[in-house]
Amino acid sequence: MRSINPVVKVIPNIRNATIKLSEKTVDGTRNATVFLEEVATFIIFMVRTIKETFSRDFEFKEFLRQCFQIGYKSLPLISITGAIMGLVLTIQSRPILDNFGAVTLLPGMVAISLIREIGPVITALICAGKIGSGMGAELGSMKVSEQIDAMEVSSTNPMRFLVVTRVWAATLMLPLLVLYADAWGIMGSWMGANIKGDVTFVLFFSQAFKFFQLIDFLPAVIKTFFFGAVIGLVGCYKGYTAGRGTESVGIAANSAVVLASLLVIIVDMIAVQITDMLA
Amino acid sequence: MKMPAGREDVRKKENGKMEQVKDISNSGKKAREAVVEISNLRKGFGDQEVLKDVSLQLLNGENLVVLGKSGSGKSVLIKCIVRLLRPDEGSISVLGKDVSTLNRDDLGILRQKIGFLFQSGALYDSMNVKQNLEFPLRRIKKHILQKEMDEKIAEVLENVGLSDALYKMPSQLSGGMRKRISLARTIIVDPMIMLYDEPTTGLDPVTSDEISLLINEVQKKYKTSSLIITHDIECARATANRLVMLQDGSVYKNGGIDEFENSEDPLIKSFFK
Repeated sequence: MRSINPVVKVIPNIRNATIKLSEKTVDGTRNATVFLEEVATFIIFMVRTIKETFSRDFEFKEFLRQCFQIGYKSLPLISITGAIMGLVLTIQSRPILDNFGAVTLLPGMVAISLIREIGPVITALICAGKIGSGMGAELGSMKVSEQIDAMEVSSTNPMRFLVVTRVWAATLMLPLLVLYADAWGIMGSWMGANIKGDVTFVLFFSQAFKFFQLIDFLPAVIKTFFFGAVIGLVGCYKGYTAGRGTESVGIAANSAVVLASLLVIIVDMIAVQITDMLA
Repeated sequence: MKMPAGREDVRKKENGKMEQVKDISNSGKKAREAVVEISNLRKGFGDQEVLKDVSLQLLNGENLVVLGKSGSGKSVLIKCIVRLLRPDEGSISVLGKDVSTLNRDDLGILRQKIGFLFQSGALYDSMNVKQNLEFPLRRIKKHILQKEMDEKIAEVLENVGLSDALYKMPSQLSGGMRKRISLARTIIVDPMIMLYDEPTTGLDPVTSDEISLLINEVQKKYKTSSLIITHDIECARATANRLVMLQDGSVYKNGGIDEFENSEDPLIKSFFK
């Protein structure tokens, strides 16, 4: 029996491996292209939104309606979340501070944690879920049912009417919602402090803001404008660029929440780095 | 304008319409200007070519029905007319203006003269009927007084036979009512050209007939030129002054209703059997 040359045996394996590698390279390149296209489209959308903001005929009435929808209608959810944030933070932190005999620092610690980081981020994430998904689903369904086209043919610029108003309403309402959540957080913290103690609200409040400085407050407020802008832009972008089928409405809403939440965390990270450098 | 009672009325109207077709053909010697002129239009999506070299004219004051199977490119055609879609090749002239070269402001002005009835109605879900009707009016006639606006809304709602639907939300309306309100929203700004995208699709025969009658009455009352996209032969019979059939993205036949009815072509016969 003739023996087969081992090199000949290996050739098909090398060929298969080469084919698989080239297929994966093509897939990878295709995915990277799709990703870069998506990023480019989002940047174009963002630039168009900014450009339309400064064009004539700002839709002020629709902007106020969106402020009401985004701001006022989110108050119950934000109140409950804020109060629970403060309450839980206080209950969890108390035993640790107790070990070091530093329970008196509890109000200050909770207030700084809430106002600097936890309040803005948690509120933004909740808003990414509520507002971002709402915008994605609403604009997505308007796209599917040709309402955006109907607006376009009735001489209304849908970018100006639907997108600009929503993005600016989210940008301006989110800082207010965060401040509101912070206030409820401090209330919740006071309630938490009273579970195992007895402290008046006035005393708790004065203790809470004893160590507080402008540098704790200002960056936290500034970054919430960016959180709002990110949520509004992503929600509108996903809805406005949704496909034609009803399935795409769900996809738009879902991807709006995921992308907005991710970008909120990334913006927070950048904001913290900038604040740290400036401090 | 009163709402139709049923199919018999449509037949009477149809007869009336047939006479009107004859009138138009008799007066054809008088030069009738084209309000929409489409030349060598091509439009594709990716590898799929939907419209291949379509040329047609919509003459002033006529109802032109564009027939064709689903997927033959009818809806793409009217979306190109208002530049919701940009053609790949060819030219579209509306009221003497080349649609593809207009800037955004000029396109907006031109669109004010065109009414577009969408297949789904496309009423704004977040607004009630009154707000839906006010929406285009506020934008196109910017200095209109509230009183004038209310009168105009009452007039168009009466014309479509839905005066009592003023404060209803779109979700509270039936399919036929949505189409009628959508038509009211379109005619409220007095357009010169009406584009109907499948006006009777998804409606029962009686409501379809009512919509067909309404299309004729809009033409008569508002002196509009209409391009009606449909695959509903009853609607075509009731409304058409002239028909164009699209097949595989090109114009297959262009002529009067009689020519289509009497055609021996198997494809046309399959529509008109």
